[in-house]
Amino acid sequence: MKPTRVIGQPRRRVDGRAKVTGQTRFADDIILPRMVHCRLLRSTQPHARIVTVDTGKAAQVDGVHLVLTGESFPISYGILPVSHDEHALCRDKVRFVGDPVAAVIARDEMTADLAVNLIDVTYEPLRTFASPADSLEHDEPRIHDYGDHGNVHKAVALQFGDVDAALGAADHVFDDVFHFEGNTHLPIEQHAAIALKDPDGKLVIYSSTQTPHYLHRALAKALAMPAAHIRVIATPNGGGFGGKSDPFNHEIVVAKAALLLDRPVKICLNREEVFYCHRGRHPVTMRFRTGITTDGKITGLDLETLLDGGSYGSYGVASTFYTGALQTVTYDIPRYRFRGCRVFTNKPPCGPKRGHGTPQSRFGQEVQLDKIAEHLKRDPAELRLGMIAPAETLTANYLRVGTIGLAECIRTVVDRSNWSEKFRKLPLGRGVGLACSSYLSGAGLPINWNDLPHSGVQLKLDRSGGVTVFCGATEIGQGSDDVLVGIVAEVLGIDPFDVRAVTGDTDLTPVDLGSYSSRVTLMMGNAAIQAAERAREILAGPVASKLEIPADRLVFADRRVFDGENPDRGVSFQEAVCIAEARVGTIGTTGSYTPPKSAGHFKGGGVGPSPTYSYTAAVVEVDVDAETGWISVPRVWIAHDIGRSLNPTLVRGQVEGSVYMGLGEALMEEQAFRRLPPRLSSALVHKFPSMLEYKSPTSLDMPEIFTDLIEHPDPRGPFGAKEVGQGPLLPIMPAVANAVYDAVGVRVDEIPVTPEKILRALQARAAGKPARFGPASFPEIAWPAPLLVTPPQEGGDGRASNEPERRSRRKADAGIEATAGVRPSTPLRAGPSIVEGRS
Amino acid sequence: MMRLPGFRYRAPRTIGEAAAWLAENPANTMLLAGGTDLLPNMKRRQQTPSTVVALRGITSLSEIHNGDGLAIGSGVTLSHLIGDARVRQSYPGLWQAAAQVATPHLRNMGTVGGNLCLDTRCTYYDQNYEWRKSIDFCMKRDGKICWVATSSPKCLAVSSTDTAPMLQALGATVTLVSIRGERIVPVAELFANDGMRYLTRQPDEIVTSIRVPAATGWRSAYWKLRRRGAFDFPVAAAAVAARFDGARVVDLRIVLGAVSSRPLSADRAAALLTGQDLSDELIESAAVAAAGIAKPMDNTDFELVWRKKMVRSLVSHALHEIRGDDMRARRHQLARQELLIPASASAAR
Amino acid sequence: MKVRLKCTVNQEPVEVLADDYKTLLEVLREDLQLTGTKHGCELGECGACAVLVDGTPVLSCLVLAVESEGRRITTVEGLAADGRLHPLQKCFADLGAAQCGYCTPGILITAKALLDAEPNPSRARICEALSGNLCRCTGYLQIVEAVEAAAKAPR
Repeated sequence: MKPTRVIGQPRRRVDGRAKVTGQTRFADDIILPRMVHCRLLRSTQPHARIVTVDTGKAAQVDGVHLVLTGESFPISYGILPVSHDEHALCRDKVRFVGDPVAAVIARDEMTADLAVNLIDVTYEPLRTFASPADSLEHDEPRIHDYGDHGNVHKAVALQFGDVDAALGAADHVFDDVFHFEGNTHLPIEQHAAIALKDPDGKLVIYSSTQTPHYLHRALAKALAMPAAHIRVIATPNGGGFGGKSDPFNHEIVVAKAALLLDRPVKICLNREEVFYCHRGRHPVTMRFRTGITTDGKITGLDLETLLDGGSYGSYGVASTFYTGALQTVTYDIPRYRFRGCRVFTNKPPCGPKRGHGTPQSRFGQEVQLDKIAEHLKRDPAELRLGMIAPAETLTANYLRVGTIGLAECIRTVVDRSNWSEKFRKLPLGRGVGLACSSYLSGAGLPINWNDLPHSGVQLKLDRSGGVTVFCGATEIGQGSDDVLVGIVAEVLGIDPFDVRAVTGDTDLTPVDLGSYSSRVTLMMGNAAIQAAERAREILAGPVASKLEIPADRLVFADRRVFDGENPDRGVSFQEAVCIAEARVGTIGTTGSYTPPKSAGHFKGGGVGPSPTYSYTAAVVEVDVDAETGWISVPRVWIAHDIGRSLNPTLVRGQVEGSVYMGLGEALMEEQAFRRLPPRLSSALVHKFPSMLEYKSPTSLDMPEIFTDLIEHPDPRGPFGAKEVGQGPLLPIMPAVANAVYDAVGVRVDEIPVTPEKILRALQARAAGKPARFGPASFPEIAWPAPLLVTPPQEGGDGRASNEPERRSRRKADAGIEATAGVRPSTPLRAGPSIVEGRS
Repeated sequence: MMRLPGFRYRAPRTIGEAAAWLAENPANTMLLAGGTDLLPNMKRRQQTPSTVVALRGITSLSEIHNGDGLAIGSGVTLSHLIGDARVRQSYPGLWQAAAQVATPHLRNMGTVGGNLCLDTRCTYYDQNYEWRKSIDFCMKRDGKICWVATSSPKCLAVSSTDTAPMLQALGATVTLVSIRGERIVPVAELFANDGMRYLTRQPDEIVTSIRVPAATGWRSAYWKLRRRGAFDFPVAAAAVAARFDGARVVDLRIVLGAVSSRPLSADRAAALLTGQDLSDELIESAAVAAAGIAKPMDNTDFELVWRKKMVRSLVSHALHEIRGDDMRARRHQLARQELLIPASASAAR
Repeated sequence: MKVRLKCTVNQEPVEVLADDYKTLLEVLREDLQLTGTKHGCELGECGACAVLVDGTPVLSCLVLAVESEGRRITTVEGLAADGRLHPLQKCFADLGAAQCGYCTPGILITAKALLDAEPNPSRARICEALSGNLCRCTGYLQIVEAVEAAAKAPR
């Protein structure tokens, strides 16, 4: 490995000063002359037909400039091309309490708020769907008029090899059902956007979005405008976590209003509205049937998942596939069947939250492995060490894994936590639990299928010696600006603070698909390396000839370009730029990155591929009061296979932040709803859309965290780096549940693990019942016939043997493809089935 | 941004002035002290007074005086109270209660009087106007029904004050002033078991001070249940104050918080202990008796059955603590903070 | 209706005419355009809007603007002095205590009041003092370490 001067050094992030001086301009911090303010009227009905919307009184209010309703927004949009099911304002029906129905734009927010409450909407209530069981049971009325069937949005089935035979051949088959409750991102910054017409008459929108490129596309479609006449500027996000990755109603509304009024229109959602935007963690019920040999090898896995999607598609089809995507990336699973079903309900739409679809089934798998280890009388760490997926291979479901540092992660946390002295040895009430995970370093396929690069970077070098780097990537707190600048500085041998970053602006910066799927470091980073290396090459020729040495002897470091064999001989970086500019003219370069093609060629194979995967292992220690179930977490040890740490200060922050968010999910966070007694009311409301009652951990709720970074550079990553933003969250929830079992001997097969649930499991045990709290069964779902794909190890070519001819990928700029949803011949029904947690 | 509705603002300099303004239109006037309860309620349009009478300018309300016990001005901030050595030394339970209110910022703002008069809380009620409209409101504001128990004739919102149960256990009294005069009532009588009319304070009255009797021979402890180490209102709490003669309990009061619309005095449980040494068995039976009267409803964080069970633990912990047991580890687990009774106070044993 | 408000903000006298329903938060951000002070709930449930009033950390979303008359207000914009970052700011920037940076102003302000009152707080004390400031990015550890580092830095 070549020595580096910026990469790998802990250092202040390039935007650090702005953040500590309050100068970072978030969307709501933008104040423009002639600015007016927007408020949305949101549905008070969970499911209803809109009969009339009377805006007369609102329009009369002094100071009101504009009132908009669904009539102004005939064109639908959505993040995935297969589910363009949203309108900026509802047109014919509302689908959840909080669905936007009308908008008022007024001189100030107070006036807009006053006027919005004068809008009269008459609704004709429809049946309320409060749970997946409801939606599986009743086909009518449909929440949407698209989807697989009734209120089933999407049901998919994939089979890689003869799973039934694999389970039949196993020494043991473990059959467990788990539930993971929904939760939300809760960024401290509430979503905000401000739109205006620029002096040319084009639309400009500043927004707290993680995905300016997708907002750009959505605006062009929903407003029927040429994309070239729209400029989206992603302001730094005050936290995203996936919650600002969809194009949102409010963004499209203020854009439309700005065009109509020809003045800046701003909206900042209040906290309750942020809960309604949601797109958070799907509630998932899942069933794992895992075949295992006596010596601890998995023979096959049969996984079923049921997702409560809420009221719109969002990323839901992808989320559904993600619940089944990454099991094989972590452990060697030669045969695999996955069936996933997402239903619509009358709640805020679920979508991608940190870990997108994978934490739920990661929880199930890791808890089941703990049960398997217990049953086989094996140490859970040792059991896992024996089943880690082999590096640099294709999995049964055609995911190409790269480097795998999981074994070292496991050994590190086992060692650091003194695992062998603690596991099953601590006194009653204290316990340790272990879990592992893996995560994508960027989704291998774009949302809109095409052959375009996923990330582009441009560099401008000028005679000042200054370097400006342009990239569409979006700073959401994770430090993408710093990664970008750090890489450019490293390659060009200058200081990060010599580089200016221009990011997240569709007019100025080349496209980067956005800050989601942990893709930015790897994809933008590789694009940045390419752009910077090209710039270095441009400088090297002229400088080498001036110094009269071969170009390959030049070293770029310490703001100088010099002879590596005679370091005193050289020029300053600024001189180098001038020499080159004099020779070749204005200096600009580009870099881009496109991930390798995925190996799977079956429908659904687009979700899961990634250039490489990160790995994590964690040990969590808990204190549980066996009398009340009260639980605290005093310590967490975590080791993360990062490949290479670009800025260790930021990497540690991502790991610790993931532990924090994972603990919130594990212990307390819950997107809960209240269904009022149906005989009295059709109401279905978010139980507590507030920061007080949606519990997120405070500084006093945090444990000690011991973080280790496992660094074995992955050749696919920039300087060997893999992702860190999401993977470290995943093992925390199952590790907590496993630690609870170690502490008090009961299983809580449901997230969050609350004191009440622990106590109920303890009470169940005391009553002679299974020492467990969790779902009794997985609902019966009439699955479509699975697509049959032979695993690579059995000679498969990545195609399904029973799939009708696929559309060509280039034509399918329609995003995540339609999946193998064969309409079932009998209506889908939820019903009890006898499935016991055997382990 | 959540914003306040319009209102008329009055800033009296004296209690008399405040009482006079309050008397002008008591039904539509509200008193503003720290603002940490009233202003969020106003932003959510739960309370929409036409006039707000701010008490901050009345300096006499922000003082703590010695006397036969302690006279605490209603405008004393919770931070001021916690920082007062007399409180910490002599009324550790009150110190523990105040130190666990909300967050440091909110304790810098919120006052003792405000915490005592804190509006009752309910997850059907502490919501934005639009949310409440979605359930067609509730009887506490704008609606007819109590969604917590739809056949209930009265509102079941929960008393969520930390200091009131402790002050009641300590036998404190409050002074109420109006243009009609002044009256002093025991804290216990300040509250009514009704989520809507939870205070017996008349609309024209101002709580001006709280008098806590002398602490000689008394020990006290406050145990609070909440999800997190900060922010959260109690969802169950036990306040215990006891006077000892050696190891024998001479006098003892147990008051439960957040399991009813008012602080709930567990007299029968207390009677079990009076005149006795605090044995483990007696503590347990008192804890069971106390939990028996708790009436948690499904309108706070946590499940109600579990909360009721937790009452027993909280009472037991509090009794153990005043007995002098080392409860530090247990308290740290539950409170996620030290909240130690100062050495000199617990050394009384 | 508008009210006239005179106070000191970051050691400068300020006079402003603002809507009478406004809180200090709204006046700072909207009338004085001091947008460094953030908001996350406006109900006292997150701590993002913390400022110092007469040296004490309070939530500006729950302070009536009219009640700020004559008071000394410090916001994040007032932390740096003479062109130099406050030690807390320097340590926060250097040590990863600010990720998205949105809760940072409220935390800096709160930490400043802590260090002004207690120059060498224990870790438990720092956690307690910052327990009213929610952060969703960091898990708090780097924040606490930055406060510890600032406490050790020469001031």
